[in-house]
Amino acid sequence: MQPAQPVVSVRNIVTRFGEQLIHDDVSFDIAAGEVLGIVGSSGSGKSVLLRTILGLQKPSAGQVLIEGMDITSMSERQLMGVKHRYGVTFQHGALFSSLTVAENIQLPLREYLSLSQATLDELTALRLDMVGLPLSAASKFPSQLSGGMIKRAALARALALDPQLLFLDEPTSGLDPISAAEFDQLVRYLQTNLRLTVVMITHDLDSLLTTCDRVAVLVDRKVKVDTLAGIMNNPHPWIHEYFHGPRARGMTQMLAAGVQHGT
Amino acid sequence: MLTTEQQDGTTVLRLTGSWTVQHLTDIEKSLQAVPLNGCHTLHVDCTALTHADLSAMWLLRSALHRCEQSGTVVSFINGEPEHFAFLNDLQQRTPSALVTHEAELLWPEQVAATLGRHAVKLGQHALGHLDHFGRIIHCHLHSLRHPKHLRVPSVVRHAYEAGIQALPIVAMIAFFVAVIIAYIGASQLRDFGAGIYTVDLITVGVLRELGVLLTAVIVAGRSGSAFAAEIGVMQLNDEVDALKSIGIDPIEVLVVPRVLGLIIALPLLTIVADAMGMAGGALLSNWLLDISIPQFIARVQDALAPTTFWAGLIKAPVFAVLIGMIGTYRGMQVRGSSRELGRLTTAAVVESIFMVIFANAIFAVIFVELDF
Ligand SMILES: Nc1ncnc2c1ncn2[C@@H]1O[C@H](COP(=O)(O)OP(=O)(O)OP(=O)(O)O)[C@@H](O)[C@H]1O
Ligand SMILES: [Mg+2]
Repeated sequence: MQPAQPVVSVRNIVTRFGEQLIHDDVSFDIAAGEVLGIVGSSGSGKSVLLRTILGLQKPSAGQVLIEGMDITSMSERQLMGVKHRYGVTFQHGALFSSLTVAENIQLPLREYLSLSQATLDELTALRLDMVGLPLSAASKFPSQLSGGMIKRAALARALALDPQLLFLDEPTSGLDPISAAEFDQLVRYLQTNLRLTVVMITHDLDSLLTTCDRVAVLVDRKVKVDTLAGIMNNPHPWIHEYFHGPRARGMTQMLAAGVQHGT
Repeated sequence: MLTTEQQDGTTVLRLTGSWTVQHLTDIEKSLQAVPLNGCHTLHVDCTALTHADLSAMWLLRSALHRCEQSGTVVSFINGEPEHFAFLNDLQQRTPSALVTHEAELLWPEQVAATLGRHAVKLGQHALGHLDHFGRIIHCHLHSLRHPKHLRVPSVVRHAYEAGIQALPIVAMIAFFVAVIIAYIGASQLRDFGAGIYTVDLITVGVLRELGVLLTAVIVAGRSGSAFAAEIGVMQLNDEVDALKSIGIDPIEVLVVPRVLGLIIALPLLTIVADAMGMAGGALLSNWLLDISIPQFIARVQDALAPTTFWAGLIKAPVFAVLIGMIGTYRGMQVRGSSRELGRLTTAAVVESIFMVIFANAIFAVIFVELDF
C-alpha cells in the first residue's frame, strides 16, 4: 500500500580522511516505518556515516537522498528545511551545556513555534516522562547529570518536535539493562504507533534482537544490509564472530527459541 | 482545529484537521478558547481528525483533565484517540506537573538574598585567589628546586606561542603608538621652539612606560585569554581531573609552564617594543623636525639616565606573573558549561589588564620615591 520510495537512500558513498579510506562505495535504502540497526567494530565509520546522512559532513563522493531530495547538493538554507523533520541524538549527548535540561528540550519548540511557558512546560513534562527522566532533572544543567541521564535528555530533545525520522547514535550505551530494555520498548512503540523511521547505531545485541527490523553491518569499508536472521547466517568472519561470539550466545539461543519482535 | 456545539446541557467538541506539532500554536489557542465552565457533560469527537501526534494529544489530554477536575464528565464518541493509551500508560508510571520557574520572592527578601549571595561569593573568591596563588608559588619553588618537575618543552612552547608569535603585532603597535606620541609632542613643543625635546619625550616615554605597558596589555589580551580558554576546556572535558587521577599535579603541568613561558617572553617582547618605538620616534622626528638620525641618537644618549631602560624592563616579569596567574586561575575555575568558559575568559583578560595598569601605577610611585 505504501509507495516504495525509501525515506533515506544512501548512494555510493565514499568517505576519506586524508589517506584513510572510511567508506568505499556504501549504498543502502531505509524504508518508511522501519527500525534499522547499524553495527560495526569501533572506528568502522558508523558515526561518520550518520553525520553524512544528516548532512553534517560532505562525503568525498556519492549522494544521500532524504525523501527523494539530494541533501549532498543542497544549499544550507534548503537543508535547514529538511533538518527540523528529523530528530538526532549524538554519541556523546551534545546537550547545550549552558541550558538546563528543560531549556534544552524547549529550544527546538521555541525555535519553530510560539507557545506559552505553561504549554512548553507541559510538553517538556511529556518528553521527560517518555524517556523516563524524573521531573527533578528538568532544572539541572547537563554537567549535573549522570551519563545515562544525559542519553535520556538527549533523546527527549530529539523527540521535541515529534519527528518522523529519528537517528540515534548508541542510545543505550551507558544505560542499565532495565533502562535499556525500556528504551528499546519506547523505540518500538514510537515506530509502531507513530510510524516513525528509526536509524540506530548500537553495540547492544539485545536492542538488535528486540527492536530492529533490519541490520546494516559496516565491515571492510562496505555495508551489508539484511534482516537479522539473514545477517546472522552471513559467512563473513567478522559478522560471524559478532553474532556467534561468546557474548552473543544467549541471544542466538533466544532467537532459536522463537522470541518475536516487540512482544 | 476545534468546533464546539451545545446540545441541551451537553457540549460536543469536534476535533478536525491535523493535530500535529507544526500547528501547536493554533491548537494551544483553540484549547484555551473552549468554553468549559459550567457544562456538565462533554463529548469529544475525534472522527474528523486526520493527523495526530503525541504533543497535540498531550495538550488535549491535559485540557480535558482540567475539565474533569472541575466536575465535568468527559466521554469520547467513537473511543479515545489512538495516542491516549500510551499517554495514560505513561501517566500511571509518573504523575507529573512541571514548573520550571522559581518561586517569586518579595523585593525586600530578594534584596537581602542577592546581597547575601554576593557577599558569600566574594568571600569565596578571595579565599580561592589566595589558595591558588599560594599553591602556584609553592609549585614554582618546588619545580625550580627539582628540575625534574620542570617541563622544559612545555615552557619553551608557551614562550614561543606567547612571545615569538606575538612579535609582529607588538612591533607594529609599539611603532605606531610611538609615532603618535612623537607627532603630538613635536606639534606642541615646536611652538615653543623646543622641538628637540620631542626626542626626550619619546625616549623616556617609550623606554620607561609605553614599551612595557603596551606589550603587557597586548599579551594579556592574547595569552591571558588563551590560557583561560585552554585550561577551561580541559576542565569541561574532565581532563584536569584525569591528570589528578594519574597523580600529576595540574598546577605543575598546566600553570607553571605557562607562567614561566610568559616570564621569558614578556621581557624579550618589551625589548622589541622599545626598539620599534624608538625607530618610530626617530622616523617621525626626521620627517617633522628635520632631526637627522645621528642627531637623534646623540640626543637620546643625553636624555637617557642609566636607569631609564631598566625601569621599564624590570616591570616586565612582574606583569608576566600577574597575567599568567590570572589567566590560568580563571581557566581552572571553569565548571560545567560553555557560558562559564566565556565569562571567565573575559574576566581573565579584563582583570589582567586592570592589574597590569594598577601595578604600573604602583611602580611609578615607588620609582619616584626611590628616585630610580
Ligand atoms: N574529523 C575526522 N578527521 C579524521 N578522521 C576522522 C574524523 N572523524 C572520524 N575519523 C576517523 O574515522 C573513523 C571512523 O570513526 P567513527 O566515529 O565513525 O567510528 P564509529 O564506527 O562510530 O566507532 P565507535 O563505535 O567507537 O563510535 C575512525 O578511524 C576515526 O579516527
Ligand atoms: Mg561512533
